[in-house]
Amino acid sequence: MTRAEIYKRLTEVFRDVFDDETIEINDNTTANDIEDWDSIEHITLVGAVENEFGIRFKMGEVSTMKNVGEMVDIIASRA
Amino acid sequence: MKELSYPFDPGFLIKKRKKLKRELLENNVPKIKKKIAVLGGSTTSDIISMLDIFLLDNGIEAEFYESEYNRFWQDAMFSNEELDSFKPDIIYIHTTSRNIMEKVTPKMSVDECKSALDREFERYKAMWESLDSKFGCPLIQNNFELPFYRLMGNRDCYDRRGMVNFISRLNMAFYDYAEARQNFYINDINYISACYGLDKWTALDYWYMYKYAMTLDAVAEFALNLANIIKSVFGKNKKAVALDLDNTLWGGVVGDDGVDGIELGEETPNGQAYREFQSYIRQLKDIGVMLTVCSKNEEENALAGLNHPDSLLKPEEFINIKANWENKDMNIINTASEMNIFPDAFVFVDDNPAERTIVSSQVPGIAVPEMNGVENYIRTIDRNGYFEVTSFSEDDLKRNEMYAANAKRAKAMQSFADYTEYLLSLDMEAEITDFLPVYIQRITQLTNKSNQFNLTTKRYTQSEMEQCANDPNFIRLCGRLKDKFGDNGIVSVVIGKVNLDVVEIELWLMSCRVLKRDMELAMLDALSQKAVEAGAKKLRGYYYRTAKNKMVAGLYESFGFTKVSQNGEDTVWELDLEGYKNKNKVIKIVN
Repeated sequence: MTRAEIYKRLTEVFRDVFDDETIEINDNTTANDIEDWDSIEHITLVGAVENEFGIRFKMGEVSTMKNVGEMVDIIASRA
Repeated sequence: MKELSYPFDPGFLIKKRKKLKRELLENNVPKIKKKIAVLGGSTTSDIISMLDIFLLDNGIEAEFYESEYNRFWQDAMFSNEELDSFKPDIIYIHTTSRNIMEKVTPKMSVDECKSALDREFERYKAMWESLDSKFGCPLIQNNFELPFYRLMGNRDCYDRRGMVNFISRLNMAFYDYAEARQNFYINDINYISACYGLDKWTALDYWYMYKYAMTLDAVAEFALNLANIIKSVFGKNKKAVALDLDNTLWGGVVGDDGVDGIELGEETPNGQAYREFQSYIRQLKDIGVMLTVCSKNEEENALAGLNHPDSLLKPEEFINIKANWENKDMNIINTASEMNIFPDAFVFVDDNPAERTIVSSQVPGIAVPEMNGVENYIRTIDRNGYFEVTSFSEDDLKRNEMYAANAKRAKAMQSFADYTEYLLSLDMEAEITDFLPVYIQRITQLTNKSNQFNLTTKRYTQSEMEQCANDPNFIRLCGRLKDKFGDNGIVSVVIGKVNLDVVEIELWLMSCRVLKRDMELAMLDALSQKAVEAGAKKLRGYYYRTAKNKMVAGLYESFGFTKVSQNGEDTVWELDLEGYKNKNKVIKIVN
């Protein structure tokens, strides 16, 4: 899967989880950029991303991902 | 909502729940508001947001109190201003095996294991009693799921020193407690986690990272199971099923294949599946569910199919059979009106997706499970929890008989030209008394599910009803009606508050199964008598309009009350008690 394909699907997941059709994401997007992205929504988001791509993040990965770019790196290496 | 009907896609629900919530809040289904306190031993945020949409789907708009992480014990045992002022309508304690404090080990003696079990149980019991004395509201407590490892292997289940044994015994202690009480319910996560698969359920990474007691994908099934208890407590259960016949209760089309050609019985796998499904449907009668048929068929063929030698559902098992070529939505609406219940109290069971689509779009609020493959029928209906049993009265057991007696009455009525003659022929006897303790459960149940003949639609929990029963400022009446065809049980409830020389009628309701029998007049006579005895000179009645109680908008007027004020469609009425003359002429009072 190319990064562009991943971004297309990932953007939909973000829009669904935060119920906001205007959300755009890129490699540098972090929780600070999206208003509702708190620690609780983070869990929902991670679960929804796992479901979308049929992967499971490892424990260490979830806590160390710094931005959306790193999330895409992990998805690209597994999906 | 189709998306929230089992089997569902948990991934979809997790992702879309904000949108679903928005849609459920915007639809026109009437909603009641309830306050729910969630006291958690693990993270509860996702549980609450998922529970929220399942409750909305059942017409309950919830406001939540959420304890701080793992503060369930403190919230229950000690004073907490926020929780106190929240005044919950129901409390849910979300604990799991992660919250068990006592452990048994192979080094312990039998006595040590026993006392560990006692200590653990007493910790919970103290919490329940503290909550009950503070709030007196219904309480829901999880049981425990099995542990994800077994130190002694298989021996863990039968040796007191094994945790599998310990948890099983602790669960049994919870069940004994629950069985002896009426306002205490167990959320059976032991069963749901087994259905889901314990290994998948116990996602350890979710526990270590987020303190989740179960995996995120399991939250939807969990929340459905919990929502079913809550909606049942608040009177939102379904009451009846409308069953298709061909390829629903048997394999094949009876009109084409003939009675001998349909698949039903032990000879084929399909035949076995249909027979077991029929057996399940027949068992639903034991919990008070009313059975009806809604089939596109010649009636003659439908009856022939039901009379198949291997059929467990003979025609007399049904309260109402519609086998014709009308649209099914119309048939259900007609059946509902003949039974004096609302169409949204039905579950429509049909293998044909086109019929399901029409019915779910034309009959708001009706439940329409996806029936795909006869081998899945039972599970689909069962897991959706349409008929979740939280209270179990004698009435539930007898409901089908009572409706059958109603059908006989309807037949008898046709032979009378004069309605009063017909009423007299029924030899009706009513017992109208104060709330006797033995009736409280039924009174509460009736109060919380009566919508049509209900002047104020005020709801009471069982403990509120018990408080009312012990309060000298209230006049309470419950009426039981019998006739030559059968006993209808408790069918009417009236609560009046004595306020100096006025009795304010806070609650007046009657079961629709005894409409047009003059039972309301017998209740009014009894109320007037009690009011006069209490020194009152006037009755004051309130009518609060809801989506469902239009039939009683003119009740007080028909009693001879005078309207004293009006606010929109809500009205207030008064009756001077001086010279009151009894109005009931057809029911014999036998207190």
